[in-house]
Amino acid sequence: MKYFGLIWSNTWRKKIRTSLTILSVAVAFLLFILLNAVGQAMTAGGAMTGAERLVVIDKITLINFLPISYQNRIAQIDGVDAVTVQSWFGAFYQDPKNQFPQFPVRPDEYFAVYPELVLPEERFEAWKRNRTGAIIGKNLADLFGIRVGDRIPLQSTIFPKKDGSRTWEFDIEGIFDTTDPKGATNFLLFQHDYFAEANQFGDGFAGWFTLKLAEGADPVQVANAIDLMFANSPNETETSTEAAFAASFAEQFGNIALIVTLILGAVFFTLLLVAGNTMSQSVRERISELAVLKTLGFKNGTVLGIVLSESVLIMAIGSLIGLGLGWLAVRGIDATLAAFLPSGVVVSSTALFLALVITVGAGVLAGIFPALKAMRLSIVDALARG
Amino acid sequence: MSDLLARLAGVTRTYVKGKERVEVLHELDLEIPAGDFIAIMGPSGSGKTTLLNLLGGLDRPTAGDVTVDGADLTSMSNSQLSDWRATHVGFVFQFYNLLPVLTAQKNVELPLLLTNFSGRERARRARVALDIVGLADRAKHYPSELSGGEEQRVAIARAIVSDPSLLLCDEPTGDLDREKADEILSLLQVLNADHGKTIVMVTHDPRAAGFAKRTLHVDKGKLESRAAA
Repeated sequence: MKYFGLIWSNTWRKKIRTSLTILSVAVAFLLFILLNAVGQAMTAGGAMTGAERLVVIDKITLINFLPISYQNRIAQIDGVDAVTVQSWFGAFYQDPKNQFPQFPVRPDEYFAVYPELVLPEERFEAWKRNRTGAIIGKNLADLFGIRVGDRIPLQSTIFPKKDGSRTWEFDIEGIFDTTDPKGATNFLLFQHDYFAEANQFGDGFAGWFTLKLAEGADPVQVANAIDLMFANSPNETETSTEAAFAASFAEQFGNIALIVTLILGAVFFTLLLVAGNTMSQSVRERISELAVLKTLGFKNGTVLGIVLSESVLIMAIGSLIGLGLGWLAVRGIDATLAAFLPSGVVVSSTALFLALVITVGAGVLAGIFPALKAMRLSIVDALARG
Repeated sequence: MSDLLARLAGVTRTYVKGKERVEVLHELDLEIPAGDFIAIMGPSGSGKTTLLNLLGGLDRPTAGDVTVDGADLTSMSNSQLSDWRATHVGFVFQFYNLLPVLTAQKNVELPLLLTNFSGRERARRARVALDIVGLADRAKHYPSELSGGEEQRVAIARAIVSDPSLLLCDEPTGDLDREKADEILSLLQVLNADHGKTIVMVTHDPRAAGFAKRTLHVDKGKLESRAAA
């Protein structure tokens, strides 16, 4: 710590150069935290539940609907405990940017498949009694300040009503939470019967079915049995775990993990060049000063440590700024991308730990060669050069 | 005669430049009593600075022995030499060589970073050193805010802050006008007379050499001595 004043002063020797380097580091870490958070959110949506549930979709594409009659047939298969119908409603609240998931479901079926959801009994019954009733997740209610008793309009971009209107109004009958620490509560559920009766496309279809496996049931066997049942029908199915379902949903945007890795790789490689160049220039400019330090009795290792510390310090300042901005940005986009990323966009502790490792690693890599040069310089030669 | 502080015995220093071997010092012998103030003069390339570097443990002789304050510098490792320099010798350069990013106070504190003194004690000692060179009121100024003479005073404060027995000065007035040069040389005299520092000063200027107790002339790698005027 006694060298910190010296390291700090040296770091700011050329204020503009150091500031620009720190800015580039900050941008790199801002990108890192943003892409990491979004990438994680895209995979976390499926990973949150594991293989306790299976999802049945159309074999060709998720966009195709399935006959709702499939529900009863699926429920008959051994190993299936409960089945719920679900569809992507695709509406926004007040403004197109306020998009979040909404699903028309049957209350009893849905809660049988998702027992981790928590809703007071009287609110659940009130929802069941009200055909235009809806329940909303706690995060979403907090985000928009929605309370029980509110009547909210949703503009559906997919399903017009029979009268041609795209405005669907719902009475908020309850606010649900979840006992799953990784579970999402940023979506809205309303009655499938109301949806089936009021939408212009009519009744008899569903977006997909989600089923809860019976205890001890083999997911692979159940999935095979379902897909075999509907083989050679007009609507063949593909049954997978929720994780695979979420992953295939995310794959609509491309291979997210690969894209994120490639972008971050390029960003940090460039960052190393920028920071390394800064440190090289910094050492080159003060060869005689470093020689003076050694003349005064600073050992080779101490000089090496001082230069390396300067490099890591620049990286750490930029990293802190970038992570701070990234955290703010992630909070900002969390609501915007809520419709596509049900688990929410958050800065994970893993990402922060990784950022710490990258900060120190990149700092050392950027500074190691200039630091070695500083360490090895001959006092006599350096002083003679002035 | 006072106790002997430094002794060079049969010192030869040869540099290799490409395929050429250049012998800068040739079997040089020198004894420096404690409390001496020596000016070393000689033409460019005669080996004055090399002699200073050997005395300060910055360079090693090709042959011969260098002993300072009882320590055989030729047998020390680089790390041991660093430790020895930190406590036994102070350096003053022609161009001051202060760190421009540090205030005068912090520049003077630099050698004390190598000690176990607390921050407060380092600051106190640096203030004392600045007071000795008459710059206590300029402690918070950066080198760019000081005159050449003031910068050299700060450099001298840095050289004496760890209380070394030997001060090595390489053209300490080479970059100063006569008035400022006289101030610096008078200060060196005070450090020698009142604080007991042994001083070895390389200079081209006979007038500067006049401030020393004796002058040695280096020529072709060998020494001749004469009393100061």
